[in-house]
Amino acid sequence: MDILIYGIINSIALALMALGFALVYGISRVPNFAHGALYVITGFITWSLLRTLGFNYLISIVLALIVIGVVSALIYQFVLIRVRGMAISEIIASYAIGLAILEGLRWGGFKGTTYTLPVFIEGSVNIGDVPVDLHRILVVGIGVSVVILLWLFTHYTRIGLALRGMAQDERAALMLGIDSDIMALVAMASGGMLAGLAGIVLLPLGNIVVEKGYDVLIQAIAVCIVGGLGSWMGAVLAAFLIGFAQILTTVYLGSHFQMVVALLAIILTLILRPSGIFGKQKELEERV
Amino acid sequence: MNIEQRRKERLDRGIKVRTDGLYAIMSWRELSYLTLPRLVLILGMLALPLIMPSMYWQRVISIVCIYALLALSFDFLAHFVGLVSLGGGLFIGVGGYLAAIMNTHFGMLPLLTIPIATVVGAGICTLFLLPCLPLRGVYFAIVSLMYPLALARVIVALDILGGTDGIMGIESFGNRWVEQYFVILMVLLFLFGARRLVNLDIGLVFRAVKDNDQAVRASGMSITFYKAVAVFIASAMGCMGGACLVHIYMWSGISLLALDFSILPIAATVIGGAGTLVGPVLGCLILVPISELLRAFGTLRIVFYSLILVAFIVFRSEGIMVYGQRKYHQFERWVKI
Repeated sequence: MDILIYGIINSIALALMALGFALVYGISRVPNFAHGALYVITGFITWSLLRTLGFNYLISIVLALIVIGVVSALIYQFVLIRVRGMAISEIIASYAIGLAILEGLRWGGFKGTTYTLPVFIEGSVNIGDVPVDLHRILVVGIGVSVVILLWLFTHYTRIGLALRGMAQDERAALMLGIDSDIMALVAMASGGMLAGLAGIVLLPLGNIVVEKGYDVLIQAIAVCIVGGLGSWMGAVLAAFLIGFAQILTTVYLGSHFQMVVALLAIILTLILRPSGIFGKQKELEERV
Repeated sequence: MNIEQRRKERLDRGIKVRTDGLYAIMSWRELSYLTLPRLVLILGMLALPLIMPSMYWQRVISIVCIYALLALSFDFLAHFVGLVSLGGGLFIGVGGYLAAIMNTHFGMLPLLTIPIATVVGAGICTLFLLPCLPLRGVYFAIVSLMYPLALARVIVALDILGGTDGIMGIESFGNRWVEQYFVILMVLLFLFGARRLVNLDIGLVFRAVKDNDQAVRASGMSITFYKAVAVFIASAMGCMGGACLVHIYMWSGISLLALDFSILPIAATVIGGAGTLVGPVLGCLILVPISELLRAFGTLRIVFYSLILVAFIVFRSEGIMVYGQRKYHQFERWVKI
């Protein structure tokens, strides 16, 4: 029973982490290796707004999300746009930005166990006979609503439809008058905000530490590859697969193996079905 | 609109054209035009340990050479085969731990552990990376980034291979001159070996894999096989670096899997001139000593390389070596359009 409940919570958390990466990659084909860094830095921004500047929790969350959206837009506008389409440079540039942010934070003294965000709601309830704290239930609620909102956004708004059009075929989208640079900018900004949202929602469950940036990046990538790079629904499904696999290994082996689960999931996917669960349309491109 | 427009025209120097062919051996001038840059590099590298003021800086030279091996392997993989490796730590770690185990558990001499660690380690790394080789795209970068991080976790979690303390009591080279000249000679060997390799037939196939893999497949060659060979060669360089590193430090631990080993070689390659193979070595000669000077700043060094890297990539800088080669081989003049 507790495996089921915590498995669902963990899966939703993974989906939250991965959605931003999947969004950016799906639309602009830029693998955003700075994803984990954006996740962690949002936590620190919220912490500083909350603790040092003394804002209200809700206001600091909103402000932090806006800041991270602007920051990712700036990263795209000034760095990634210049290297778009050049695979080697894209990877190196985004990875270097991520490293610069994370190691800069570490150098700036943001380390140790002193940095924590408060949970949204205190207390816990029992589901069956398993105690679950309310914040984790909130994580599930937020995760599900983000997925639903994203689905509605991409199916029923002009920008969302333009984004999907670009994800399917960039040239055709250009011919229909969709400005691919602006769309990619939007995608990067919203991807950054999704990473930040995941950070704000998930970081209260533990300390904010720099190392989480690498973990989150890797788990997000694992989820995206298993689900098929660029496929959002695949990412959600893969989040459940990996989420339950991680909970099972945590229960039977120990919590250190979460990263190994992610790595094994990637390797198995690449051997068995390289395009992922839902990556049909890109299959021909990626398999040489 | 009658504005006079000019553009720069670049022409190969006559001597370059002459030395491309057999005429190179016709006169001393042509011969020296060809050999001088190479001799400057070789003699400069060989003289480095002699001109270093202190033991500390001599140690830095050895570290430079290890990073140079890694940067060479990065440049080879990225610009001749089209695989971006973010996992320098994997190569260093596998080579280093292998050498450490062979030395402490089986009592082998460094003379024996380094070659074995190079070959076996390269085999292990190739096996590790094999699943992502048939694929195009970002998979190789992702998987090679994950391995060092995951391996470090496994070592800490299972407390194998010395756990967080690492393996201590590894035999050193014995003599610091032997140590330095060994790594310097290895760098030169791999450098000129790689330069020769990329111009052989197999090098042509490697470049074809990078530029047009469908054409390679249409010619009846297995892309996976050639990529595996390339990864084997590149990881051999990295593993040799790792094996030398543990014998230099006489210690092997999870810091062998650290991110320094993936970011610094990339930065060195980009600064030195990507795709030249000599560039990465020069880049390491510049970056590693700077990084030693900045040791007091801790992780700020990584920030520093990352920002340099981003700046170089964004502004499409060509790197020192490409610039130098252009100036050496060509002259420029303004022409009217």
